Amino acid sequence: MARNPQLNGNGELQHLLSIEGLPREILLKILDTAESFAGVTERDIKKVPLLRGKSVFNLFFEGSTRTRTTFEIAAKRLSADVINLNVAVSSTAKGESLLDTVANLSAMQADIFVVRHGSSGAPYLVARHVKPHEHVINAGDGRHAHPTQGLLDLYTIRHYKKEFGGLTVAIVGDVLHSRVARSLIHGLTTLGVPEVRVIGPQTLIPAGAAALGVRVFHSMREGLKGADVVVMLRLQNERMSGALLPSAQEFNKHYGLSADKLALAKPDAIVMHPGPMNRGVEIDSSVADGPHSVILPQVTFGISVRMAVMSMIAGA
Amino acid sequence: MAALPEAEKLCEQLARELRAVVKPSTAMVGIHSGGAWVAERLHAALALKIPLGLLDPAFYRDDYAKQGLARDPKRSKIPFDVEGKDLLLVDDVLYTGRTVRAAMNELFDYGRPASIALVVLAERDGRQLPVCAQHAGAKVAVPAGQRLRLKRDAQGRLSLELEHGA
Repeated sequence: MARNPQLNGNGELQHLLSIEGLPREILLKILDTAESFAGVTERDIKKVPLLRGKSVFNLFFEGSTRTRTTFEIAAKRLSADVINLNVAVSSTAKGESLLDTVANLSAMQADIFVVRHGSSGAPYLVARHVKPHEHVINAGDGRHAHPTQGLLDLYTIRHYKKEFGGLTVAIVGDVLHSRVARSLIHGLTTLGVPEVRVIGPQTLIPAGAAALGVRVFHSMREGLKGADVVVMLRLQNERMSGALLPSAQEFNKHYGLSADKLALAKPDAIVMHPGPMNRGVEIDSSVADGPHSVILPQVTFGISVRMAVMSMIAGA
Repeated sequence: MAALPEAEKLCEQLARELRAVVKPSTAMVGIHSGGAWVAERLHAALALKIPLGLLDPAFYRDDYAKQGLARDPKRSKIPFDVEGKDLLLVDDVLYTGRTVRAAMNELFDYGRPASIALVVLAERDGRQLPVCAQHAGAKVAVPAGQRLRLKRDAQGRLSLELEHGA
């Protein structure tokens, strides 16, 4: 069996490429470490000296505001130097290959590459070619994975629900195009959530969904019944080709989260969304801004989770 | 080899010694995990008004580059304003002094205390930094290749033990 490319010889996290294939102990260690960093982010001086002298390169071949910013804040709170590259409009546009870009940054003495790329697997390619002391974090690759988002979702669920055992988690909407959903499903099943559901129209649920260990629903009313956690996904217009949907309005009518549909979930259910939200499409404003919503705390937790990942890989 | 001193008696002895130095501005901070156990005892025995603080200086250690992040870093909780306080910083065993340095660096990220005094249950040889304890329960000779550790059993009783491994 090939060695897990994310772990070093001692079984420590060397790169974070995907939640899939990470052992339960590593996932829990990331969440526990993030919990310690949450204490740092509540102080007046929100900075620790752990990554002093290290350089973190944010390499975003695809647009992002929230993810790039929270990686930047996380790195700065660890005292690392952060270099943001908007590669989509510079080297790549001039024809430089991904590996040449990375080799050049490596020559500038990088320690961590945070990579977002439209092609699934791109961060794996980078991880295979970096030097032993360099580390790669996948910040979203194509439709494949978005492990730090999955981890912050897991952190949020544990924060509000305390335990993973006994939970029913419903993931709703455009599962087909969602790297967030894929990462979260792997995390939830690894951590022992007994019931993971995906809800959406047949055209937006991947054919092999059941093989991931989830229950597939095409009716919101059926799928939301008794849910402890409702994760809404963004309708990804930019990744859709062909007629998967009649219209956004039609989608909202059937799969948009409204207050009356949410009433079918448990009374203390939490509502999550990875952002950016399409209000009035997958989620109504009354729910997004309502008492069940933990969408903004998710963003805050994302900083501690990214601090935990960076400090674990850079110390491996 | 001489028997190790009894940790419970050392706690009582330290509490008696500290009673003389406690002021209204005195606050206590225990270092995870052994120091926190000792601090819980002392804090209760001295009936300090300011709630106990707990510190895990894992994010301030100087061996991160060599050893990576500590196995299980705990969340530091300082439930009072450090500014202007006279701090009693409590640890179980004073050895190299590196943990104390890391803890002091972390404390200053919470504010500027008026003073810090170090309180340890036991001290041993092997200082690598100019750190000394103002209040030490006992001085213990530790044979080469061994380490002195504080243990807490299921009933919450504290005891000092020698373990193999530096």
